[in-house]
Amino acid sequence: MDHIIEMLHITKTFPGIVANDDITLQLRKGEIHALLGENGAGKSTLMSVLFGLYQPEQGKILISGNEVKIRNPNDANRYGIGMVHQHFKLVHNFTVLENIVLGVESTRNGFLEMKEARDKVMELSGRYHLKIDPDALISEITVGMQQRVEILKMLYRENQILIFDEPTAVLTPQEIIELMKIMRELVEEGKSVLFITHKLNEIKEVADRCTILRKGKKIATVSVGETSKEEMSRLMVGRTVNFNIEKPTLNVGNEVLRVDGLTVRDPRSGKNWVDHVSFSVRQGEILCVAGIDGNGQSQLVYALTGLLPLDEGKITFCQQDISHMPAKKRGALGMAHIPEDRHKHGLVLDYRLDENLILQSYDQEPFSSRGFLKFADIHRYAEHLIEQYDIRSALGGETPARSMSGGNQQKSILAREIDRNPELLIAVQPTRGLDVGAIEYIHRQLLAQRNAGKAVLLVSLELDEVMDVSDRIIVLYEGRVVADLQPDQVTIEELGLYMSGSKVGDGFEKK
Amino acid sequence: MSVIPSLLAIVAGFLLGFLILLVVNPNQALDGIGIILKGGLNKGLAGMGQVLYFATPIIMTGLAVGFAFKTGLFNIGASGQFTMGAFAAIYVGVTMKGLHPSIHWLVAVLAAMLAGAVWGFLPGLLKAYRNVNEVITSIMMNYIGMSAVNIMIRATVYNKLKNESLPVAAAANIPKWGLNQLFPYSSMNGGILIAILCVFIIYIVLEKTTFGYELKACGFNKDAGLYAGINAKRNMVYSMMISGALAGIGGGLLYLSGSGKYMKVIDIIATEGFDGISVSLLGMSHPIAILFAGIFIAYIKVGGFNLQLLNYDQEIINIITAAIIYFSAFALLFRSRIQAFLTRREQTKTDEEPEVGESQ
Repeated sequence: MDHIIEMLHITKTFPGIVANDDITLQLRKGEIHALLGENGAGKSTLMSVLFGLYQPEQGKILISGNEVKIRNPNDANRYGIGMVHQHFKLVHNFTVLENIVLGVESTRNGFLEMKEARDKVMELSGRYHLKIDPDALISEITVGMQQRVEILKMLYRENQILIFDEPTAVLTPQEIIELMKIMRELVEEGKSVLFITHKLNEIKEVADRCTILRKGKKIATVSVGETSKEEMSRLMVGRTVNFNIEKPTLNVGNEVLRVDGLTVRDPRSGKNWVDHVSFSVRQGEILCVAGIDGNGQSQLVYALTGLLPLDEGKITFCQQDISHMPAKKRGALGMAHIPEDRHKHGLVLDYRLDENLILQSYDQEPFSSRGFLKFADIHRYAEHLIEQYDIRSALGGETPARSMSGGNQQKSILAREIDRNPELLIAVQPTRGLDVGAIEYIHRQLLAQRNAGKAVLLVSLELDEVMDVSDRIIVLYEGRVVADLQPDQVTIEELGLYMSGSKVGDGFEKK
Repeated sequence: MSVIPSLLAIVAGFLLGFLILLVVNPNQALDGIGIILKGGLNKGLAGMGQVLYFATPIIMTGLAVGFAFKTGLFNIGASGQFTMGAFAAIYVGVTMKGLHPSIHWLVAVLAAMLAGAVWGFLPGLLKAYRNVNEVITSIMMNYIGMSAVNIMIRATVYNKLKNESLPVAAAANIPKWGLNQLFPYSSMNGGILIAILCVFIIYIVLEKTTFGYELKACGFNKDAGLYAGINAKRNMVYSMMISGALAGIGGGLLYLSGSGKYMKVIDIIATEGFDGISVSLLGMSHPIAILFAGIFIAYIKVGGFNLQLLNYDQEIINIITAAIIYFSAFALLFRSRIQAFLTRREQTKTDEEPEVGESQ
């Protein structure tokens, strides 16, 4: 069998950790090869080595049987390796065409020669069914089209080996199906694809073989057709994972949060970020706000938690009108918030863990009195939370928050917010970027809140999470609620249609 | 461990100073660097008294800049706040002769504090509620302060003959508290004790109080501050006011030192404000470290002053001391690199060891 790329015995270390430990990966010509592993398993490091961003300490890379040194991305490009990064590398105020030719523009006497480029791009676009509008600005097109632009960028450079880094994270179910089709067409044309992911369904769907990494080591390379999903997840995590979440049926109680006609405007464009949204959350219920990223979820949560002023509407929380109440008072009333971006809002990274654990309550007994902090009590409290919520850190409460792993940072925010015993917990993408074990833990904690008769508002982009955890789903599209659903009465595909705006629920009007 | 980068920065600064000495006058370079290194110790305790006298105002401006920096603001207007404070102190010292002698100086220092706070308040207000960059407004406030003080001196406490401020009443000078006997023949006075007191107050505010916790939280991460419900805007104004007050006290302490220093009516922005930036950088914005950084920089300045004994022009001396100070301060910006270098060296050491074991 022809191997187009062989990465043999690659070892790459960073201070304190071995990111890649003697990893061998062989990519056959014309196959889709998935690279599966949890966060921190070493997938990105391995791909960065292949792309010339890191130099490995040991091991070698062979392309079509010849050993090569890849010192930087330009080298990689020369060897025909292209990559679609998880976060697209596009210039937003350039057109699609300009982005595709950027860096390899054809010129005549120093002037751009776009005609030729346009013909080539349109030819590629037609051949691979990558529908684009060459003259649209990147800032005006959908995420799905942006991804097609990234793929065209690789094809325009005549790359033979295409790396996709978690390409489906930002797509709707329909767009994912389309991407899978494109990937298959690419290999039929003789390209080879490396597909980084931690979603087993997608691997089953499209990949030929799969290499599994765990904690920097290669565990196995398996043939996807002959390996079950359960087996792959066991190899990835190192133990059997329970995918089913047990959810006892509860009687929902009183209304905790009521939102009426909430509207938040973008002060610059005047467009409605959140457009007359109404819903309520009751005790013993997890209400999930589903939607594709950027459809007003962030602004909705900011308005609920008091980080952004609202322009119209009313928020009632525990029978009180809190529409214009400052964030601190909302917290005191029993609203807790696990923010979307733990580094931006959730933590002061330059503070220690114990200082972060009192971020919401530093000015209350017993953590301070008469304006002075009481470090002994703060420390005792921190140790208590660290033990109860199993927060792993090098120096206990004195660990700088910055030095902790993402999962443990998230656990400490969760601990802080849940320990305040809130009436309503607002959790925004609480499992983003976490590995399977941590996700399981967070889901259990959210359910524990619900089972204790509290209200939970969960904002999530992960469809599996939406379906598994929630009691009720509302879908946001362009700032409006377009559906109010029960998870057991809707399929993932249907949910995708609501999220992309192609379908509107009963009783909701189309824009 | 955290002292190492500071020390390395200082060594680097001295090397650069030596290089300049060599280029300008190679014959006396070795003597020259010796004099600078000896600094205030040249004349024993009198020299050290002089060092502490020079250190007092720049500790205060350093504290001002460092405090603001810890709370996420770059107060480049310490000069203007310093000047305003100096004028307020002199005005009270000269005109309010009716005050009881035991509190005259205290009232003058408080006036200096207030004037500095007002000068910090305006940029703070604009930053917090209109999002105007505090660097720009505080620079402009430096010029406004300088010109306003020139006008006010001429209008109120003006010594026409010398084009400077009038001497303050004897009771308006900071008490010496016996320090002049401890450090004879120097301009030593109680100002340094007030500066040290301020250092400790600021340390406690920043490290031990909920107010300091709020200020630093907003300084490190404004969004997390908002999330925690901290009134970031109000704190920003407070922070600039406190910073300005510290610089203002610095101005008061210098002109109430009883050393025969008067405020000149000239169009030059007070250098103490800019020295404060390097003091704060060298002290990595930590109050206690700023105290020592201020003394260090004053020590170099006294050393530079003594360099006049050799064949170096005053301007060259200024350049050399400035080079040492600024290089020391700015080398700290490479602190992370120095630390990365040290850890890497440690790592290669531990990496090599097992290899040695294998070969044996």
